[in-house]
Amino acid sequence: MFSDPTRLSLSQTADQLKKRQLSSEKLVLAFLERIETINPEINAYITLDRIGAIRGAQEADKRLDAKQGGPLTGIPLAIKDLFCTQGVRTTCASKILNNFTPPYESTVTTRLKAAGAVMLGKTNMDEFAMGSSNETSFFGSVKNPWDKSRIPGGSSGGSAAAVAANLCTAALGTDTGGSIRQPAALTGITGLKPTYGRVSRFGMIAFASSLDQAGPMTQSAEDAALLLQTMAGHDPKDATSINAPVPDYVAELNTGLKGRKVGIPAEYFSEGLSQSVREALETAKKQFEALGAELVPLSLPTTKQAIPTYYILAPAEASSNLARYDGVRFGYRCDNPQDLRDLFFRTRAEGFGSEVKRRIMLGTYVLSSGYYDAYYRKAQKVRRLIANDFKAAFEKVDLLLAPTTPDTAFKLGEKTDDPVQMYLSDIFTINVNLAGLPALSIPCGFDNANLPIGLQLIGRPLDESGILSAAHAYQQATDWHTRNPAL
Amino acid sequence: MPIDPHYETVIGLEVHAQLLTQSKIFCGCPNRFGAQANTQICPVCSGFPGVLPVMNREMVTMAIKTGLAINGTIRTYSEFSRKNYFYPDSPTGYQISQYDLPIIEHGELFIDLPQERKRIGVTRIHMEVDAGKSLHEGIVGASWVDLNRVGTPLLEIVSEPDMRSSEEAGAYLKKLRAIVRFLEVCDGNMEEGSFRCDANVSVRRYGAPQFGTRAELKNLNSIRNVMRAIDYEVDRQIDLIEGGGEVVQETRLWDANNNISRSMRSKEDAHDYRYFPEPDLPPLTLEVAHIEQIRQTLPELPDQMAARFQKTLELSEYDAGVLTASREMAGYYEEANAIVTQAGKASPKATANWVTVELLGRLNKEGLSIEESPVPAKSLGKLVAMIQTGEISGKIAKQVFATLFDEGGEPEKIVADKGLKQLSDSGAIEAEVEKVLAANPEQVEQYRGGKTKVLGFLVGQVMQATRGKANPALVNTVLKQKLG
Amino acid sequence: MSIKADTVKHVANLARLTISEEEVETYADQLSQILGLMDQLNSLPTDGVTPMSHAVEISMPAREDTVTNGDMQEILLACAPDSEQGHFRVPKIIE
Repeated sequence: MFSDPTRLSLSQTADQLKKRQLSSEKLVLAFLERIETINPEINAYITLDRIGAIRGAQEADKRLDAKQGGPLTGIPLAIKDLFCTQGVRTTCASKILNNFTPPYESTVTTRLKAAGAVMLGKTNMDEFAMGSSNETSFFGSVKNPWDKSRIPGGSSGGSAAAVAANLCTAALGTDTGGSIRQPAALTGITGLKPTYGRVSRFGMIAFASSLDQAGPMTQSAEDAALLLQTMAGHDPKDATSINAPVPDYVAELNTGLKGRKVGIPAEYFSEGLSQSVREALETAKKQFEALGAELVPLSLPTTKQAIPTYYILAPAEASSNLARYDGVRFGYRCDNPQDLRDLFFRTRAEGFGSEVKRRIMLGTYVLSSGYYDAYYRKAQKVRRLIANDFKAAFEKVDLLLAPTTPDTAFKLGEKTDDPVQMYLSDIFTINVNLAGLPALSIPCGFDNANLPIGLQLIGRPLDESGILSAAHAYQQATDWHTRNPAL
Repeated sequence: MPIDPHYETVIGLEVHAQLLTQSKIFCGCPNRFGAQANTQICPVCSGFPGVLPVMNREMVTMAIKTGLAINGTIRTYSEFSRKNYFYPDSPTGYQISQYDLPIIEHGELFIDLPQERKRIGVTRIHMEVDAGKSLHEGIVGASWVDLNRVGTPLLEIVSEPDMRSSEEAGAYLKKLRAIVRFLEVCDGNMEEGSFRCDANVSVRRYGAPQFGTRAELKNLNSIRNVMRAIDYEVDRQIDLIEGGGEVVQETRLWDANNNISRSMRSKEDAHDYRYFPEPDLPPLTLEVAHIEQIRQTLPELPDQMAARFQKTLELSEYDAGVLTASREMAGYYEEANAIVTQAGKASPKATANWVTVELLGRLNKEGLSIEESPVPAKSLGKLVAMIQTGEISGKIAKQVFATLFDEGGEPEKIVADKGLKQLSDSGAIEAEVEKVLAANPEQVEQYRGGKTKVLGFLVGQVMQATRGKANPALVNTVLKQKLG
Repeated sequence: MSIKADTVKHVANLARLTISEEEVETYADQLSQILGLMDQLNSLPTDGVTPMSHAVEISMPAREDTVTNGDMQEILLACAPDSEQGHFRVPKIIE
């Protein structure tokens, strides 16, 4: 047993809470204290809900005392600041929503709260989830707990850093092009992007509606399974939510790797992969084999096309999704608008940051008259080919193993002036979003600078269990996921 | 308005019909007209961050019904798209509509013109959301936005450019309105905006291979205004062309007070709506069996009802057409006719005549619609029944009708109170005839001498003596008998 | 693919964003670079491929036609930057 309860995994915490060796209130207070000390240097949180968290913890303790608690009762969570939380400011890390307090609650947070989970606060992120480094936030960059001169990844950088720095037991992120997996990899935690439609998008502020998906960011695959269990399921408020039974992820964790066919896509191991990542992945592959998996080399020929495809489709949807920020009904409004045109133009120009504006411009352009077929429609067709590539691969294998990122965390400011370089760092994650597949990232080693390296497992549609159990088997045999940064 | 005979007018109409669902199209807010501003809104229809649309089942059913009623093709795979534009009354910054794959295509309806029955093609019907309202008048230094109407389900019904005159356009609108009202999917109220029409109008010289440049006319809040605006536009375009000018493609607003239209020169550059498939809504797929199930629930439609009136009630094509012009009209006629039939002397033709000639004549004169008729169908039915059973004469009936229209009341009571009941007692009539014959020996002589024409004079005398109440047929018979 | 200043201005107008002359240049430059990536797609033949709009193939669900919401005037207007007598207030719209 750790003396510091903030270091416990979710499953350990749940166990101690259940046995009443730990009270939720005490745990929450410990986190709040740690956040007080550590957060200023990490900048993982935008908003803390101290009173709400303490109250929630007290409620949870009552339930636990009465033996009415579930596995999430009393668990302190950090919530990415794009989940609408009733009565708690929700900014999407944007100036345009700086003063926005939603009068409604997202389905995911509703479910978690109903299960007794406690929200500590809202985490920092790239503005409107547009970014791979968490440097586009209106509230400043998040620092990587392993090296504060480096980025934590994005867009769920705040959630990733909060888990890595033990500023919460677990966190919620969202993943449109890698925004859960990439920061998970760069901060040495476990991050799962479920199948598109597995988790409700209601109340999640949209970036690219056909790609966005919420998921858990945790210390381990087991913890991710525990969180996903409550998050997943059909929601009548989201027309794209899948109406299929939710398996018992925790019970299925121990399926093991024996006899499972694990595909190794050649394109993910080609040029552009750093030496340290390559080495860590090679070691991990051997480990998978040792655990009984059969490695199957294969090819996903459209891998390279995913970046341009994504950077057409996601900004196109975003340009439309972000049209509602017009200074009329909520959020920021420019000072003293002269007329309607001024209200719209200046509110948006002043309210959005430069990356968001760049993507709105790009998305508007590719949808505009004369370019739609050449860009948008073409990209939609390539998207189909990318999805077909995966389909074909899954006829041969049960899951795919690949690096999450080509390299470990880069320096703050290193790529901010070069959007193309920044976009290219998403190369291994965005394919999965285009195809709507479940995928997770788990730590599989460290580079020479002691920066974490992520390993990605990609599964068949709705086969979260398959990748979680594979990750769990790996984590039972390794200890990368238990390492903590020195803070 | 005289139109230059060298030119052909080409008209296509776009109708927006608000559907009579209980709730809005994509959220659970009430779908009602006339509530206080912003009292029927929620985060979804108001375009707040993070919320999502979920489609109203009834909306689709109503769209399918309308599609079936116009003999359209119901697509089993259709999708919603976003039409992007900024305006304060469009809270999401886009309108959810249908673009490439609308739910209904290739429909038609038939209009009855004095000379012919004409087919007008319906290109497509698609589902979309209505916008809110901006208020300007009487507000100092600002405009107000009311979002109650946002999310009201709309069907946009687009015709082919098949109409060639304002009369045809008027007939099309009347028929389409009758159909949606028979279906109970839309109340068809143009003034309140639940049935709105934009007209695309162009002219070309007869024989010209291509359509002329069209103008889109908006703000047409009655069928009469649609027709007047079209006539005005046709004249304007012909004058322009004849004067050596050119018609430009533009939107023009009709000013009903001054009977003119004005160009709505948009300060914005050309629209670029950037349509793309709505990512928040999966495609709408329909089972053929489901469509057939809905077909079974279709009520009798105007054309079917008119055919039935002609076939089983033996009404003329004209009468059948007039009586099925609206749901209310048909309902009125059917109720009146049922009363007459119940009285034992069914006469659908006479009833039709009374509705189309007497009632409609008077309503038109007073500028009233059938719903506003001061004479309810029941009363008119009773009145016609009294004629049919011989209780009153047709002439007296007109008198009673006038009283009913102006003062109201029950036909039986008016007849009784005013002593208008027809004299059909042959004894009493015989007595009157005897008196008249005695008083007019000269005419009796003439009749018997072969000048049978004087019979009419003698009948008139009897009628006068009975103040019109005597049954004229009976008077005739008795007179002939006595003179015989 | 290189984007001209005029195009940038047109797009900014469609997107309702004020941009300075300086930004026009930056955008023209950056968008051109990004669109350069896009040209990679042209090497991939896509004739006869059905465009993919959704990550998962499901049919649109529908809800029952019942009133479940709507009475939120005060709550929603409280979020507005400016409101007046039950309305969202905006600068005078000149039509």
